Amino acid sequence: MTTLLIAEHNGQQLAPATLSALTAAQQIGGDIAMLIAGAEVTAVAEQAAQCAGVAQVLVAQDDSLRYELAENLSALIISLAGDYSHIVAPSNSITKDAMPRVAALLDVGQLSDITGVLSATQFQRPIYAGNAIATVTSLDDKQVITVRAASFAKASAQGGSATVTSVAVPAGSGLSTWVADELTVSERPQLTAADRVVSGGRGVGSKENFALLESLADKLGAALGASRAAVDAGFVSNDMQVGQTGKIVAPELYMAFGISGAIQHLAGMKDAKVIVAVNKDEDAPIFQVADYYLVADLFDVLPELIEKL
Amino acid sequence: MKVLVAVKRVVDYNVKVRVKNDGSGVDLTNVKMSINPFDEIAVEEAVRLKEAGKVDEVVLVSIGSAKSEETLRTGLAMGADRGILVNTDDLAVEPLAVAKILQKVTEKEQPSLVILGKQAIDDDCNQTGQMLSALMNWPQGTFASEVALDDTQVTVTREVDGGLQTVKLSLPAVVTTDLRLNEPRFASLPNIMKAKKKPVDKLTPAELGLGEGDIKPRLEIVQTQEPAKRQAGIKVVTVAELVDKLKNEAGVL
Repeated sequence: MTTLLIAEHNGQQLAPATLSALTAAQQIGGDIAMLIAGAEVTAVAEQAAQCAGVAQVLVAQDDSLRYELAENLSALIISLAGDYSHIVAPSNSITKDAMPRVAALLDVGQLSDITGVLSATQFQRPIYAGNAIATVTSLDDKQVITVRAASFAKASAQGGSATVTSVAVPAGSGLSTWVADELTVSERPQLTAADRVVSGGRGVGSKENFALLESLADKLGAALGASRAAVDAGFVSNDMQVGQTGKIVAPELYMAFGISGAIQHLAGMKDAKVIVAVNKDEDAPIFQVADYYLVADLFDVLPELIEKL
Repeated sequence: MKVLVAVKRVVDYNVKVRVKNDGSGVDLTNVKMSINPFDEIAVEEAVRLKEAGKVDEVVLVSIGSAKSEETLRTGLAMGADRGILVNTDDLAVEPLAVAKILQKVTEKEQPSLVILGKQAIDDDCNQTGQMLSALMNWPQGTFASEVALDDTQVTVTREVDGGLQTVKLSLPAVVTTDLRLNEPRFASLPNIMKAKKKPVDKLTPAELGLGEGDIKPRLEIVQTQEPAKRQAGIKVVTVAELVDKLKNEAGVL
């Protein structure tokens, strides 16, 4: 049994989600090789070699991998796939794009967003927006898996001493070309990796009012999140959306302000350790999952909270 | 130019599903079913491309039991031209099987663009579009929030983790829709009536040349459970009390 783990990184650093996926790979068992793909990845490869339990680091460095387009990334993974029984990646917008392509080309099913490893072929995954957990056994001879990082502890990034090997990169497909990136600039911690998340919904009322949440987030060293209603109303950008169709988070502390708690939002945060909800509406569904809740106007609560912290 | 849109019949997104006591699955008897919300966005985008004169024909395809015809009629009432129902009876078809069926339909219909939703809200897989595009060896534009089509290529703005990414794909291509691509229209009563007369072809996987081996499930669902329940929460009355609880009881501050 051997696992190929696809690393998530930003060109300089391994993403914390990679370490969570490494834990899942360790639970599957067998040797683990970590693939670092990108245009300039030398620094990341060095970090990968230090990670506990990684036997081998494969470095695929080529300009065709700069934007990790699914067509090129999947061709690379396929070129390596023959040696591995499991192909595992943290679930993110790059792997959600590329891994199903890998699975189809290998003629196997894919296990999306696993939250538990029961054996080398049996896994748990949430369905129906997290309202049910399915235990599934893969009948294929190879498993292609994406891992919900929030469900696994991070493996140690130290103590390993993997060999680092360069691998050949297949020629770019030419089917797609990158045009532009428009990335949200933020000083705050990354939403999916943050220990604390402060989130706002429709009740926040305006883009300007989000500044209050930002002050609280800064005070707590928290990431800022939002419900779909807040994104659709234009208060914040869509990469801040927490939920079934946005990001899945499981921080130590999740504070929801002016969020009613629709099924789709809960799907993205109900595994947080402690949930705090502030809402004017006594019947808001968010109160059913909150550990502590306050029925009050968030505009009264926020300034006082910021002052008291 | 022809556009093919795949639509799935799923539990309505507002329904809070109930897991069966014996762990055999989710109870779907007498539950309201609807078109998957992302697929509704896919139909809307195709119809808008037609209204803009860039597309001549919008063909819908749905895979599932005979009841999926309702889902096709919903899309036809929104403005699609005709439907194809691939009847798999009660067999559970996984994304790979759906992608293989869609591949056959795509080869038959020869569309320039296939639009799917980014994920179905029942199995939450987010795989089918990518798998279809792999099987066709076409480029893919997943999680699209903007689609600009011309004769030879399509420019897709994608919702990625850090923000937005724009890519250009040569046609033919596969696009999957994200929530912000558009606001789907409501079908008017006259259009719902007209949709009843629009043609729907009925096929089986065998008629498309697929054997049982091609569409057999790859995952065996052993058990379906309810997620772990959270402990009942505590109502606090003042901000001071909240801060105190977070510091001293929960230990998260």
